[in-house]
Amino acid sequence: MSDQLQELTLEAVRSVAHLARLQLDDAEIVRYSQQLSRILHYVDQLNELDTQDVPPMAHAVATHNVFREDVIVDPLSTEQALRNAPQRGGDYFQVPKVLDLEDA
Amino acid sequence: MIGTNSIREIQAALRNKTISVEEIVRDCFRRLHTADPKVNAFISHDESRSIEEAREWDRRIARGDALGPLCGVPMAVKDNHCTKFGTTTCGSRILASYQSPYDAFVVERLHGAGAIIVGKTNLDEFAMGSSTENSAFFPTRNPWNAQRVAGGSSGGSAAAVAADIVVASLGSDTGGSIRYPASHCGVVGLKPTYGRVSRYGLVAFGSSLDQIGPFARTVEDAAKVLTVIAGHDPRDATSLSNPVPDFQQSLNRPLRGLRIGMSDEYFGEGLDPQVRSCVMSAIQELQKAGAKTVSIHLPHMKYAIAAYYLVATAEASSNLARFDGVHYGHRTSKPLTMEELYSKSRGEGFGSEVKRRIMLGTYALSSGYYDAYYLKAMKVRTLIRRDFDAAFEHVDLIASPVSPTTAFNLGEKSQDPLAMYLSDIYTVSINLAGIAAISIPCGFDGMGLPIGLQLIAPALGEETMLGAAHQYQILTDFHQRHAPLSAA
Repeated sequence: MSDQLQELTLEAVRSVAHLARLQLDDAEIVRYSQQLSRILHYVDQLNELDTQDVPPMAHAVATHNVFREDVIVDPLSTEQALRNAPQRGGDYFQVPKVLDLEDA
Repeated sequence: MIGTNSIREIQAALRNKTISVEEIVRDCFRRLHTADPKVNAFISHDESRSIEEAREWDRRIARGDALGPLCGVPMAVKDNHCTKFGTTTCGSRILASYQSPYDAFVVERLHGAGAIIVGKTNLDEFAMGSSTENSAFFPTRNPWNAQRVAGGSSGGSAAAVAADIVVASLGSDTGGSIRYPASHCGVVGLKPTYGRVSRYGLVAFGSSLDQIGPFARTVEDAAKVLTVIAGHDPRDATSLSNPVPDFQQSLNRPLRGLRIGMSDEYFGEGLDPQVRSCVMSAIQELQKAGAKTVSIHLPHMKYAIAAYYLVATAEASSNLARFDGVHYGHRTSKPLTMEELYSKSRGEGFGSEVKRRIMLGTYALSSGYYDAYYLKAMKVRTLIRRDFDAAFEHVDLIASPVSPTTAFNLGEKSQDPLAMYLSDIYTVSINLAGIAAISIPCGFDGMGLPIGLQLIAPALGEETMLGAAHQYQILTDFHQRHAPLSAA
């Protein structure tokens, strides 16, 4: 059985973690490689079904654009919006430097 | 004791002025202080705010104002419902101190109807789990047996009702997270049709699957709460504009002539014989009262878990991208770059099940795998929906178990994610199809652990479902028994 397992390699796990912007330690990478491989093996049973002509269902109710009048409503105040900011600089969310000025 | 009474009894007592809202709320907190240290249903509660709100309602009642439909009813909401008061943690370290600037739609509705929200209940982190063991803070214990899980992910809301702390509560159900803990804790849990209740202010997990619904001891109380929280909300573009009936009015629909579908797919391998026997007895009870059973077939149900765990995790990986350490929530200390700020804040803030699902969902959506996994799962979702559509041409409701077993031991499945996912085998297909279902107590196993009967209705079929469930409760008394750890 195990030789049929769709293996999610350590390298693949690292790559997915990077896409998800999730820092994982080495033990987590090994564990997720094993666990996700088992889960992917389980979901592979979907391939038993021929879905060639089946439309995908993204939503339970027919979705359509919902419009509203373009009127001004009270937005969150700056204070409310910044209230939970882990680090604020004045009226802004503060983050590490994005541009390296020497390269600019 | 007023706290174990129904909403109708509470309202009658308030109308007759034999009790005040303040007395009801003080009594609720006495029960909370007795039972909650044993069951850990609550992440937070606030006695002084609750009493202030109670006094305000008492003043209005003294003035002669009309009672709201839930006036004086002590309630709790799952801690993934945004509230302006207190914190909204989602059971996660990443939101441990988050204070929402707004109330969820359902919280506005409960307040408007006069309910007193005494606290916020425990859940699997971001509603991801089936046992409430994935809470970053502590597991909730089953009021029927402290060594057993309460079920999840809305385990705190189920246990708070089962322990007689509150009269009703709200949870969210993405793949069974209301019905499953309701079944394990011996209370009523209702997942409405997708779109019936606005998701505005519900922290998103799987947006095409999430739905808010009530827990209560009786179907009648669940119907009263649903009547208050259902309805169109322009702030949730997927909320339905269909008129909302007074669900109370549907409770007396007769069982005579009702066609109840039974599918072998719900009674196959893996179903505990005691659960099977109780669910079968419940169906016989409905038959004796005039319902007839019709054999149906749901050929794609066995693929529901596989499709669900791809759709739900794909949506979750996208929804949880907002937790970035910038706008709110946990932020790593001294990040050198933006990339490090994102990945370290998320790595430190999320627990292992949430990370696992973000990983699975990111993989299913990633270039080269999208067609094989996410698109395939959405196509299988169509097949599952068609199965239900075909079945509901012949039946009014479908009856099934909620869970293949009664509540398992704490720790029993926490090392095996796939085994935990398989717990949801009878519930997830309903979310994929977007239809409604309810779990009602229908018996106990040899250990005294509750068993739930699931009644499944087509989209917007809540009235038929509530009628049958209420009629069943008139015929049985399983919902009237009190758990050993109950405060009543």
